[in-house]
Amino acid sequence: MMIIAQDLEQTYISGGRRLTVLRDVNFTVEERGLVAVVGPSGSGKTTLLGLLAGLDRPSQGTVILDGQNLGPMSEDDRARLRAEKIGFVFQTFQLIPTLTALENVLVPVELQPSRRWPAAEAAAHARDLLARVGLVDRWHHYPAQLSGGEQQRVALARAFANRPKILFADEPTGNLDAETGHAVIDLLVALNREAETTLVLVTHDPELAGRAHRVIGLAGGRIVSDSAGTA
Amino acid sequence: MTGALFVLRLALREGRAARRQIGLYAGAISLGVAALVAIGSFRADVTEAIHAESRSLMGADVELRSTSEFSGGARGLLDSLRQDGVPVSRVTSFTSMALATATGKTRLVDVRAVEGDFPYYGRIETAPANRWSRLRDGHHALVDPALLVYLGAEVGDTLRLGDAAFVVDAELRRIPGEIGIQTAIGPRVYIAADYVEETNLLQFGSRARYHALLKLPGAAAATEFVATHRPMLDRERVRAATAASREEDFREWFAAFTRFLALLGLTALLLGGIATGSAVHVFVRRKLDTVAVLRCLGGTQRTVFAAYLLQAALMGLVGAMVGVVLGLVVQRSLPSLLADFLPLAVHPSIRVGPVAAGLGIGLWVALAFGLLPLLTVRNIAPLRALRRSVEEPARRWDLARVAAYAAVLGTILVLSVTQAPLPAVGLAFALGITLTTAVLWATARALVAATRKLFPANAPYVVRQGIANLFRPHNQTVSVVLTVGFGVFLLGTLHVVQRNLLDQFAFETSGSRPNLVVFDIQPDQVDDVRARLAAAGAGETAAVPIVPARIAAIGGVSIDELLTDTSSLRRSRWALRREYRNTYRDTLVASERLIQGSWWTGARPDTLPARISVEEDLADELHVRLGDRLTWDFQGVTVETVIASVRQVDWARFETNFFVVFEPDVLESAPQTLVTLAHIDDARRRAEVQRDLVLQHSNLSLLDISVVQEVLERLLGSVALAIRIMAAFSIACGAVVVVGAAATSRFQRLRESVLLRTLGARTSQVVRVLAVEYAVLGSLASVLGVVLAALAGWVLVKFFFELRFTLPSIPLLALALGTTVVTTAIGIFASWDLVRRSPLAVLRDLAD
Repeated sequence: MMIIAQDLEQTYISGGRRLTVLRDVNFTVEERGLVAVVGPSGSGKTTLLGLLAGLDRPSQGTVILDGQNLGPMSEDDRARLRAEKIGFVFQTFQLIPTLTALENVLVPVELQPSRRWPAAEAAAHARDLLARVGLVDRWHHYPAQLSGGEQQRVALARAFANRPKILFADEPTGNLDAETGHAVIDLLVALNREAETTLVLVTHDPELAGRAHRVIGLAGGRIVSDSAGTA
Repeated sequence: MTGALFVLRLALREGRAARRQIGLYAGAISLGVAALVAIGSFRADVTEAIHAESRSLMGADVELRSTSEFSGGARGLLDSLRQDGVPVSRVTSFTSMALATATGKTRLVDVRAVEGDFPYYGRIETAPANRWSRLRDGHHALVDPALLVYLGAEVGDTLRLGDAAFVVDAELRRIPGEIGIQTAIGPRVYIAADYVEETNLLQFGSRARYHALLKLPGAAAATEFVATHRPMLDRERVRAATAASREEDFREWFAAFTRFLALLGLTALLLGGIATGSAVHVFVRRKLDTVAVLRCLGGTQRTVFAAYLLQAALMGLVGAMVGVVLGLVVQRSLPSLLADFLPLAVHPSIRVGPVAAGLGIGLWVALAFGLLPLLTVRNIAPLRALRRSVEEPARRWDLARVAAYAAVLGTILVLSVTQAPLPAVGLAFALGITLTTAVLWATARALVAATRKLFPANAPYVVRQGIANLFRPHNQTVSVVLTVGFGVFLLGTLHVVQRNLLDQFAFETSGSRPNLVVFDIQPDQVDDVRARLAAAGAGETAAVPIVPARIAAIGGVSIDELLTDTSSLRRSRWALRREYRNTYRDTLVASERLIQGSWWTGARPDTLPARISVEEDLADELHVRLGDRLTWDFQGVTVETVIASVRQVDWARFETNFFVVFEPDVLESAPQTLVTLAHIDDARRRAEVQRDLVLQHSNLSLLDISVVQEVLERLLGSVALAIRIMAAFSIACGAVVVVGAAATSRFQRLRESVLLRTLGARTSQVVRVLAVEYAVLGSLASVLGVVLAALAGWVLVKFFFELRFTLPSIPLLALALGTTVVTTAIGIFASWDLVRRSPLAVLRDLAD
């Protein structure tokens, strides 16, 4: 199993009140799986994604990624794990505004602790990825000089740059118009298939959810449905 | 290793795109670094010049000085030197009145009569050039330019000194070893010694100083000469100095002077530090999302923190480099700015030491002050990349925060102690600046809190929105109020003190108070002088006798024994050796107060020696008390006295004040001169009576109040310039912080501006909101600075200068108003693109 979530519970103290945003979450995702997490606003989708990626610690329960238990790991150990094995796609793209498209793609490559890439090789790798998303000519542009769809395509190239085993995508089409979103979904699914990555995506988008092997439905912090989708 | 490389790459790549922030951040540091580099390089320039021209500072190898004509052993020594072929020059200097015959104006001057080939080293520069060599060819005078300005005369005019007339042959440009400001009271007039007798000025009572200048084979010979003859010279009350010891004196004096300036530079640098901290805060706020993304993508806390620490360091370095360049420019202008304080010509050159120190200190200050805001980078949650509304963890007190605070305080302490003239001064300075900042900071916080509390709920919308803007999250309100307030505080304090000093002076010279002093009056001239003063409108004037004397013994122990006594009491050598100008009278005057003993009444008991009254500070210097016996030497006649009272004297008053007052009926027959104070309202009649008195009695000296005024203004002006420059620095830093504060809230402002305009607000309303916001900010800073300046000024005037305090309210109000206007202008200017751009363009920006 690539991802194991056991008895996950997350509570926050807000305004002096305990607020449980996730409870009794149990599921597993196998290698090369493609899972969509769906649910209404406030159902705990993003919280779950944060816990799975080790961005936050659960109040209770365990997350095991590729055989490694996140529980006892320190902040920095989890960061190293992410640098090694995880890729991210965000709703708001989150490209670093002060870096060019190429440099943004290079960030995960350069952050990888286990492998030191020779500069030329790293740049060639990043260029290949930009070519794959159709933006190789725009490599020297800053995010502000790119459209939303182009930014998200750079973000896709970046997500695959460290050859992750797991990719987390948070509403990747949420800030795009239908047509652009469609193109981005095609690209995401194609890249995922080529790279044989395990993909977990949080989405509102029925089209995107429809492309998943499996759809997990959340409501009020609990899993309310778990069904296989059409491939 | 991956981490280090990544950190460097990220820093370089991000830095390329962040020119605006670099400007802001670097600007804060540049100003202080510029000050330190300029002052440090200038100090090296001067030290080098002093060393290179060591001998020309004196113009000779050895100088002998005495307040009376060389006699006895000293005279014999000079005669035998001449016989041995050693070059000896003599300079005799004394005060006199100079009268410009063309304009009829008079001025007290310092006449220097030169005999011999002085100077043996260096050149005396004149304009027109090369006139020094022909000084002895005739009745020529070389004079300070300031004298010609005062007298309304020019080169070629005739100048009367006593009974002789001289032609002004040239202006003095520079005399090696002399500091311009020293000649403020008595401008210099050089003549040849051959003509001194014609002037009839060297009479009894004239305060002359006698110098002999020797040319010896070298520094070793000079040192040996002085060592050999020291005991005899001491006995003759002749002071001796070698060129090397003179160089040392100058070096010490100058080191203290430039270190004082360096403290001013340091203040600018520390204010720059505060501005830097604020700029880093802005920088970090802009990087929140980037940091969160980097953490998501696998950057560890340490890697990300290191990346931004390095960026801060690079920006600090750029700032320091700009500062170095700026400092080198300032360095070039210092020799002319500080010409009054320089003993010789200074040629600026680029120096590695101060430049490296400036770079290092600038970089360090940037890092030390940037560290605190940078530490928050560690606590930014990666979750923030997924959702905006992540609550920030409360600031925690961990080791790193403690270390950051320690770095700031340590920096202040170490820099102060190393830059100050004395470690103790440095400590006091560090404490002073920390306390001042703490008081300003606490007051700023209180003011801001009060504004929030007293906020008018029913004010017009524009006002409410403007004030509310000051309290938006992550506002820089306190920082702005602190730095701008600091500048206002410095300027305000300076003005309050300066104004009070000048007011005091104006008060002392107003109404019927004396504005003219006539001294060196011989007893047979008194009646004529008083008659002339009365005719000029002065009314009845009193003449106060002055009887010069030296102390011959204290408590029966002779002065020679006291001077060589190193055991018990360290009496002030200056007080023991000096020539006293005593007086006698039967009443106390207005500026005196009896603090011990009793004033004499009636005739002196036969059993007691003559009774005297001593000023309290002099009593301390001499270690004498009520009832002690002093023996005085009046031109060879000794007089026994007993201390009957101790007085406190207000020296600040323009009166004839004395250290020692004798009871009447003791000194009446001793050789004496008289001094009289007069008040003549009309400036023209005052000038005329001075001319007439000088023509009639050439030995008289007169001091017009306008001379004192001129000197006072010149001195205050020099000090004020340095403080003004520092205040300008701090205000510039304040401006940097204002711009930074505007930048911090840029994103929020964009949204607001769109919202307001979408809701139908006109551009003018958006501008008015901005204007209210920055006007309130500027007012808070002004109120803070002005109120604390009034307080500090009051403390200084009342307790340090011990003068009456008046508050110059209108200038302070003007200062406050000016600051508010400037702050408002800068604030609106910094936000101008929000106002100028169309809502649609802003909306597009936000959508991206």
